[in-house]
Amino acid sequence: MKVTLKVWRQKDAQSKGAFETYPMDNVNEDSSFLEMLDMLNESLTVQGKMPVEFDSDCREGICGQCGMVINGRANGHLEGTTTCQLHMRSFKDGETIYIEPFRASAFPVIRDLKVDRESLDRIIIAGGFISSHTGSAPEANSIPIGHATAESAFDSAACIGCGSCVATCKNSSASLFTAAKITHLAKLPQGQVEARKRALNMVKQMDIEGFGACTNTEACEVECPQNISVMNIARMNWEFHKAIL
Amino acid sequence: MLDAKIPEGKLQDKWNNYKAKCNIVNPANKKKLDIIVVGAGLAGSSAAATFGELGYNVKVFFFQDSARRAHSVAAQGGVNAAKNYQYDGDNVYRMFYDTIKGGDFRSREANTYRLAECSASLIDQAVAQGVPFGREYGGYLSNRSFGGVQVKRTFYARGQTGQQLLLGAYSAMMRQVNTGKVKLYNRHEMLDVVIIDGKARGIIARNLATGEIERHAAHTVVLATGGYGKIYFLSTLAMGCNGSAAWRSHKKGAYMAGVSWVQIHPTCLPQSGDHQSKLTLMSESLRNDGRIWVPKQKGDDRHPNDIPPEERDYYLERRYPSFGNLAPRDIASRAAKERIDAGHGVGANKNAVYLDFRTAINEYGENVIRERYGNLFRMYEKITGINAYKEPMKISPAAHFTMGGLWVDYELMTSVPGLFALGECNFSDHGANRLGANSLLQACVDGYFIAPLTVGNYLSGEIKTGKISADHPEFEKTEKEARELLDKLVNIKGNKTSDHYHRTLGRILWDKVGLERSKESLEAAIKEIRELREDFWQNLMVPGTKEEINSELEKAGRVADYLELAELMAFDALNRDESCGAHFRSEYQTDEGEAMRNDDDFAYVSSWEFDPKGEEPILHKEVLEFETVTPTVRSYK
Repeated sequence: MKVTLKVWRQKDAQSKGAFETYPMDNVNEDSSFLEMLDMLNESLTVQGKMPVEFDSDCREGICGQCGMVINGRANGHLEGTTTCQLHMRSFKDGETIYIEPFRASAFPVIRDLKVDRESLDRIIIAGGFISSHTGSAPEANSIPIGHATAESAFDSAACIGCGSCVATCKNSSASLFTAAKITHLAKLPQGQVEARKRALNMVKQMDIEGFGACTNTEACEVECPQNISVMNIARMNWEFHKAIL
Repeated sequence: MLDAKIPEGKLQDKWNNYKAKCNIVNPANKKKLDIIVVGAGLAGSSAAATFGELGYNVKVFFFQDSARRAHSVAAQGGVNAAKNYQYDGDNVYRMFYDTIKGGDFRSREANTYRLAECSASLIDQAVAQGVPFGREYGGYLSNRSFGGVQVKRTFYARGQTGQQLLLGAYSAMMRQVNTGKVKLYNRHEMLDVVIIDGKARGIIARNLATGEIERHAAHTVVLATGGYGKIYFLSTLAMGCNGSAAWRSHKKGAYMAGVSWVQIHPTCLPQSGDHQSKLTLMSESLRNDGRIWVPKQKGDDRHPNDIPPEERDYYLERRYPSFGNLAPRDIASRAAKERIDAGHGVGANKNAVYLDFRTAINEYGENVIRERYGNLFRMYEKITGINAYKEPMKISPAAHFTMGGLWVDYELMTSVPGLFALGECNFSDHGANRLGANSLLQACVDGYFIAPLTVGNYLSGEIKTGKISADHPEFEKTEKEARELLDKLVNIKGNKTSDHYHRTLGRILWDKVGLERSKESLEAAIKEIRELREDFWQNLMVPGTKEEINSELEKAGRVADYLELAELMAFDALNRDESCGAHFRSEYQTDEGEAMRNDDDFAYVSSWEFDPKGEEPILHKEVLEFETVTPTVRSYK
């Protein structure tokens, strides 16, 4: 198949970026979207031109390192999908595809489609953990946790930290990301001891990083590759309000 | 002489004896000691978190943008532990025996026993961190079966066990970042290790976001950089996985062992064309309920659902009735290759076999199968466009895990004093074949439980050393060499990409140093690898400069190392005139096509020294002494 790519090229955070056009012939429709970009990069490299910088690692939808805005949507038009899991068979022959980096002031562009998401790590550093050091753990089965509770904690814990929620939110809010971690740990008995401090510290860090507030558009849930529910945000708000009372 | 420093005493007492007698560092002195950890997967993060908790000053380097992304994240099926929650006859000894037998009696008894011994504590540790393992309705932890064993000892978090364990280790490490004991260097790649007076004292790293070259000094360097299976180009590994830290340490004196022992995983998605960048793994846990078969008739082009049961060859059940579809990985992969080579392969390229859930769906219903493996079926459909509830999956073997790696002693120290290697980047616990769900375990046990004590034992001798200075002439020299290598790569300005060379190398290795090898294929591989390497240094194209973000330069450095490491893999396989585990030499097989091990001549670990002047690497043998088990013919029939 043939496609025309309009790719955002930007040297660094300070430079102005612009779309460049790259016609692509002979794209295998079984190839993934990123394999199609590999093909572009290989042809640019042979010509001695700088390839398009983009992040990707596992290419199985689990590491959360890839992520770009494709035709205006985070990770493209398929639901519950990372960029690496998008395949060319879901595009039309002859289509023009616009590719941009995740845009948020808390995600400065490093180059082209690569952005800096360390702000998400700093939210975890602020409190996204249970303080149990190596050696202090009790026997695992001494803490029974109901099947449904464990499964529901898993649903929150499944977040891959890709930042698609931020990229799609009109406020660039990291609420879904932050809420997923707060909820995962608050649902488990092990995590309840520190629940109050955790909610306060993580929410505070989210604000410091310059992420916007949540105005309940629920766009984040739509674009989340792991289908993390906005109910996590409700739980975060509940945990936060319990903590400030 | 290689000394593995195995502690005294009976097998079951060795680790306790070590713990009782090793030196420790008092809390006031820990503050004066600096540790560099390279790699932030399960082994690196768990070690860094624990070092931080103990009070050392830790710097962690990794190439990903966040420490939560290392490829441990992609492990699906589970982690083994001898908890015996099922009361099905499991215990530490049985787990040790399964592991050493699974590795075809090519690993050290003491290391393997310790892995099993520490396994139960890991589950406690992970649960305390909030890892949401699968549970029964009564609230207690659930288990599943995995290949090569007959008990249920595998703990799992749906099909995302690696992700959840990694997030546990990551969060523990982030807690130490919060306290200031751990400092993270993301988007950094180690270029070389700095050795001063025979001891590892730091690293030269490149900041991948800016191109800056940096010096970092410490009292010890801990590598936790994963495996090099990506050397085959098409593999289940992540795009950035590489062998460079291990290889560059090898060139600085660290021996590498069992280098050609690469696990080819039986259940991956088949190769469909030249566009592919990787092969995706489908968890081995699927073999709990999936049955593997090929059509009995060669070249049968009927739709799988149209082939009646009596015309299907369930070859694993036929050849290995007692383990059936849960035969170990090396055996399942070879059996698949045998059927494919005999003309029974399926799919457009005739390079796959079927993994069929129809029996299980009929027995338990589609919903039960969805709860067990839903995410895997979804992933399969995303990649192939096929609904595996309706027709069998097509799977094929692919390069997955490297049992080989840096040689380490019982303390996980390499042959360079002060340089440690944890997790997949060392060779230690799995012998010639790794059992499923033992990889997450080894990474965690090395990081949480072993290295904190053994590195402490080493550091107890460094209390009076004082700060290590990065201005030492050795730092200057090593940095200069690292810069020169980058300049050399950038300045060739030829007309072929790193990916071109990587792909070509991958094909040579897959054909000649893959599932099956022979003297003839290995000698041919060495010749072809040398020619390819020559071509690489003449015709490589890396655009841009080294003073900026440059992903082509990153790839070029890794491929340059692969082109050398590949040759060592071939030498390693050539030296071993026997078949064991993943190493199958076609000259050494029984009439039934099973591996023929030779304990009289090859019950040793091949440990290789880099010789900068010589044409060939230098072999050191660590003889494997079996005091507790008697190596037997490994049978799963």
